Amino acid sequence: MGGLQKKKYESGSATNYITRNKARKKLSLSLADFRRLCILKGIYPHEPKHKKKVNKGSTAPRTFYLLKDIRFLLHEPIVGKFREYKIFVRKLRKAYGKAEWSGVQRLKENKPGYKLDHIIKERYPTFIDALRDVDDALSMCFLFSTFARTGKCHVQTIQLCRRLTVEWMNYIIYSRSLRKVFLSIKGIYYQAEVLGQTITWIAPYQFAHDHPTDVDYRVMATFTELYTTLFGFVNFRLYQTLNLVYPPKLDGQGEMNLKSESDEDYALDSESYTEKLSALSASLARMVPLVEEEETALDHFPAEGEDLEKMETREKAELELDNQKKLFEGLKFFLNREVPRESLAFLLRCFGGQVSWDKSLCIGSTYDVTDETITHHIVDRPNIDKQYINRYYIQPQWVYDSVNAKIVLPVEEYFLGVTLPPHLSPFVHETEGDYVPPEKLKLMALQRGEKPNTEEEEEEEEEEDDDDEDDDDEEAEEEEAEEEANLAKMEQKRSQGKSLPVKVTPGKVKSENRMRVAEEEKAEEKRLAIMMMKKKEKYLYDKIMFGKKRNIREANKLAAKRKAHDEASKVDKKKKKTKS
Amino acid sequence: MSKLKSKKRNIEENEDEKLPIFDKDSSKDAHLDDNDEDEADLSDSEESVFSGLEESGSDSDEDDEEDEEEEDGSEEENSDVENKKKFSGDVQLSDKDVSKPKADGQNSKGMKKKNTKSALQGGGKESVVSDRDSGLKIPLQVDEYEHDTSDEEDIRNTVGNIPMEWYKDYPHIGYDLDGKKIFKPIRNKDELDEFLDKMENPDYWRTVQDKTTGTDIRLSDEQVDLVHRLQEGKFGDVNFNEYEPAYDFFSNEVMIHPVTNRPQDKRSFIPSLIEKEKVGKLVHAIKMGWIKPRRPKETTPIYYDLWAKEDPNSILGRHKMHVPAPKMRLPGHEESYNPPPEYLLSEEERLAWEQQDPEDRKLSFLPQKFACLRAVPAYSRFIHERFERCLDLYLCPRQRKMRVNVSPEDLIPKLPKPKDLQPFPTTQSLVYRGHTSLVRSISVSPSGQWLVSGSDDCMVRFWEVNTARCLKTVEVGGAVKAVAWNPNPSVCLVAVSYDDTVLLMNPGLGDRLVFNATDQLISSFEDPEEVKDQHVQWTVSEGEGHEQGHRLTLKHPKTVRQVTWHVKGDYLACVMPDNSSNLQVVIHQVSKRRTQNPFRKSKGLVQCVSFHPVRPYFFVATQRYVRVYNLIKQELTKKLLANCKWISSMAIHPGGDNVICGSYDCRLAWFDLDLSTKPYKVLRHHKKALRGVAYHRHYPLFASGSDDGSVIVCHGMVYNDLLQNPLIVPVKVLKGHTITHDLGVLDVTFHPTQPWVFSSGADGTVRLFT
Repeated sequence: MGGLQKKKYESGSATNYITRNKARKKLSLSLADFRRLCILKGIYPHEPKHKKKVNKGSTAPRTFYLLKDIRFLLHEPIVGKFREYKIFVRKLRKAYGKAEWSGVQRLKENKPGYKLDHIIKERYPTFIDALRDVDDALSMCFLFSTFARTGKCHVQTIQLCRRLTVEWMNYIIYSRSLRKVFLSIKGIYYQAEVLGQTITWIAPYQFAHDHPTDVDYRVMATFTELYTTLFGFVNFRLYQTLNLVYPPKLDGQGEMNLKSESDEDYALDSESYTEKLSALSASLARMVPLVEEEETALDHFPAEGEDLEKMETREKAELELDNQKKLFEGLKFFLNREVPRESLAFLLRCFGGQVSWDKSLCIGSTYDVTDETITHHIVDRPNIDKQYINRYYIQPQWVYDSVNAKIVLPVEEYFLGVTLPPHLSPFVHETEGDYVPPEKLKLMALQRGEKPNTEEEEEEEEEEDDDDEDDDDEEAEEEEAEEEANLAKMEQKRSQGKSLPVKVTPGKVKSENRMRVAEEEKAEEKRLAIMMMKKKEKYLYDKIMFGKKRNIREANKLAAKRKAHDEASKVDKKKKKTKS
Repeated sequence: MSKLKSKKRNIEENEDEKLPIFDKDSSKDAHLDDNDEDEADLSDSEESVFSGLEESGSDSDEDDEEDEEEEDGSEEENSDVENKKKFSGDVQLSDKDVSKPKADGQNSKGMKKKNTKSALQGGGKESVVSDRDSGLKIPLQVDEYEHDTSDEEDIRNTVGNIPMEWYKDYPHIGYDLDGKKIFKPIRNKDELDEFLDKMENPDYWRTVQDKTTGTDIRLSDEQVDLVHRLQEGKFGDVNFNEYEPAYDFFSNEVMIHPVTNRPQDKRSFIPSLIEKEKVGKLVHAIKMGWIKPRRPKETTPIYYDLWAKEDPNSILGRHKMHVPAPKMRLPGHEESYNPPPEYLLSEEERLAWEQQDPEDRKLSFLPQKFACLRAVPAYSRFIHERFERCLDLYLCPRQRKMRVNVSPEDLIPKLPKPKDLQPFPTTQSLVYRGHTSLVRSISVSPSGQWLVSGSDDCMVRFWEVNTARCLKTVEVGGAVKAVAWNPNPSVCLVAVSYDDTVLLMNPGLGDRLVFNATDQLISSFEDPEEVKDQHVQWTVSEGEGHEQGHRLTLKHPKTVRQVTWHVKGDYLACVMPDNSSNLQVVIHQVSKRRTQNPFRKSKGLVQCVSFHPVRPYFFVATQRYVRVYNLIKQELTKKLLANCKWISSMAIHPGGDNVICGSYDCRLAWFDLDLSTKPYKVLRHHKKALRGVAYHRHYPLFASGSDDGSVIVCHGMVYNDLLQNPLIVPVKVLKGHTITHDLGVLDVTFHPTQPWVFSSGADGTVRLFT
């Protein structure tokens, strides 16, 4: 044996990781600066595979960063900016302390700032990468844009967030890329498909926030700083792809329409312009004047077998998508003042509908209540005084449900004062064995173009299936028990036979269900095979089966609950009938 | 300010109307005076000193011009002008000021001139007043003009500015310039005189007393008028127009003349050193970057096409380790504002939800139903959730986890179908009832016709296998621990162990020739000449015992737990588990009635022993190991590690190369002696402790009985080819025994020829599965 003894923790994974405190010291940054740097650069802790090895034998809980990541941070120019800022704060404090007001002024004018452009470029080398990560940015900006202009963060940030979100919504409208919406109790979820990326974001309902005290707004502000930069560049690029002017401008016609109205209401021209943009009712100006819509039909390639099938499904999906995009085309909506204007206007415009609202509600309304061509009037109150005959008065959920169903739903269930059908989440994709609410089944039938009356049978069948699976094991056991009981009886008879005169009765032919027997055999085979599994595989198998069983249990529970509810409501109805 | 303006206005007026107000004999004096006055006035005004000086300068300029015109201007007028200025400036009317005009009338020439001018200008009032003044002041006229400084006003009395009461008791009231006393005027007026004077003198109201001289002065009309005007808060000068248009001195209009005539200073031509130093400092600071030029503030960020030249290949190496953050979970039906009714929590569920810790909750919110969209309130935890997401993004350690995506069916090993592995016992066909306590041990006769069972109720029962009939019952003196039928088909002998005794019985079943031959064999024994000292006493039973079948009784020093025969049927091994002694296993030779202790040393608590079916090997199972001894060479050949806590039972494959061990920790270990000393396979089929294991003599079957009341029959094929490992497939789980006192199956054994398995249980039954 030659050579020196190898020391522990000097190679391998122990050297690949670094604890947070060490990283901080290496970068000589305060914890707050380190945090900001990590947020901006997208550095996050890694969970090592062998924590004890990395932790040098200790099991104390620590967060580990990759050493490479930290080394990579060392050369970040923004670290220098942080230090500059620190010095600036120190100088400012000194100047205040000495009451050198001119000095304070001068320092404040030269306040060091930094740009995040290079970080965005580095974190997202391609545009698609950036789009993939834009979810959180969207949700954050939508939240910040609803903040009051006082207190928690800079007014500029809020205004910027508002501007960016408006630009985003305008883009979505223009590109008609919205796919799903969901009214949850938390806020409104939107899902859009932009350049092949599915992007989901949530916008809170329009209420004043009561700001919680246990939230660190500095962290949020740092994220927002990053997100607004990212979001701005993304918007720019998106507008460019559609040949739209950035920052967005209303196109000539739309501007003219709006200008005639309430220009004098707004003191600042710029302000009124952003308001008009956020009204979402006018189309945007293009870089290149609009040429006739060139329909990019799918190229047809000669294909065989599977490929052909794929092609067909793809074509079908394409067609469906096109139909969805033109969902509300030709319909004319009017929003009553109690409905969430922005959300609905966004939605309706996304799917080609025309929308307007009361002039006093918001800038940018295009026609009046009295317009005879209005087809749908969206109202969120039990009834309305003055009703026009030639339009539907419906509740806002109709719009959301129609978008999710990709068809214009029948309006009967959404009339004023009617109890609304449940609003289902469009994000749930039921796999086999999951519980499907009956409303969804009905909807699916509608989408297929069937008349809604077959769903109940389907449901029952499903339930039976579930039960069967559960029962299998028990049945086998039961049978055995039965057999034993039979044997015991026979034995008894036999023992009795000693004392009693022997009596032979003609035997009965035991009718055996062959299918059943075969099934049992299979089940037993399976059980025996399971016995022979390796420990590791057995563990995994048990886990999978446990999960499956739990899912089934939950589905059954939901189904049972629904059944009970339906029965209760039926009884109620009957009671009412008998009373009347 | 207004004062200055008014003054200026005054000047302008004067210029316009050519009023000889500024007629002074010595322009220098006037200049000086003016200066002084102005300065005094301006000190309390807000205007800068500089501008005031300028103005006065202009005054003097004009004066100079005027001086040339009017050479004969007198002193009095100068003072008069001063007086006027004073009045207009100082609101307070002091005695001094009042006394001033008295001196005015002194020079008649000058007076006249002025009078005529004023008469010309504004109606003869002034002239009258001046006339009167002159009349009044004549007697007091001393040489006051010797000292022509108008500042020293009251030079008639030199006492200065003191309270005049001090001179109350003196006849004089002060001293004149020559130092002579100034006597008080003779006035002996008392109150009455005063009153009379008041009543009679029409001018009483305009008479004032000069305190410094003690004389009464009757104010002229002009003076009275002045007093009135001042009392009313108006300007002293009647002609003064306070509403004249104002002209800015410094205006945007470029004047062609300089404001002052003063030549420029030298310092205005040479560069200032101090300034140079200051500028130098600033330049240095800028050079060093301490001071930065002011930049225009950029509030709105500038966006451009950041990805104009995107290069997907320029991805940093760091990105290879990048674990993208998982996206937020998408909401399900239960999050809807109007969910289907089954997703709403019932009362109990809601309570349970509330009592759970927030981390444990499956849903982070309570599903709620609202009748309409208008009723939906703001979500109070919205900001929290965003914040938590932020925290997750930068604080949560990420790890790439491989997710197993297999269907559970693929995990199940593919085994040959049990159907193809037949025959094996599948159903329970017979139950042998009769014992009242646990049946510890069973054994089948080599012919397969008889079954012997030993129970805790001190009974040994002999059964016919096919009919389950109990043919014979023998009571012994204790709970039977083990029974073993002699495997030699030519000998009909059963070993039964209870307490410390092993009984060799001849049940007298089966072929008469056989059991008679056995009897003969036993009775034909002759004691050897030399009697060895043995641990075990051999006694031949007689009498009643003989009737029952007892043939030989072997008294052991300790309790015997297990007995086992050699295949040939001559040797019998007994186990007396005792950790401390070396006498745990004894081997008896029945034909010679000899006993030997094979081991000199204890190697642990012996659980069970077994003979090798073909070779002279002896297997001893202690708690954790199985030792294989070569009986001829008298040495240890192998030590098998069972990988379990406590071996309970052991069986040897009829081929002799495979051993199975059952253990109390639910395991069954299959050893392949050719392969390794470690188990070839460990089966954990049973849920509870294993009590018995057995191999079939011909069929590739083995069975294990356990406390969970089940017997599991496995197909255990051993191939002649050494390269092929044994195939082990469980083929049947046999259930039948009921669990009593937490004990299920206690012993299992196979039928010697048929694929049948017998099991004895704690419920007092023996069962046959075929």
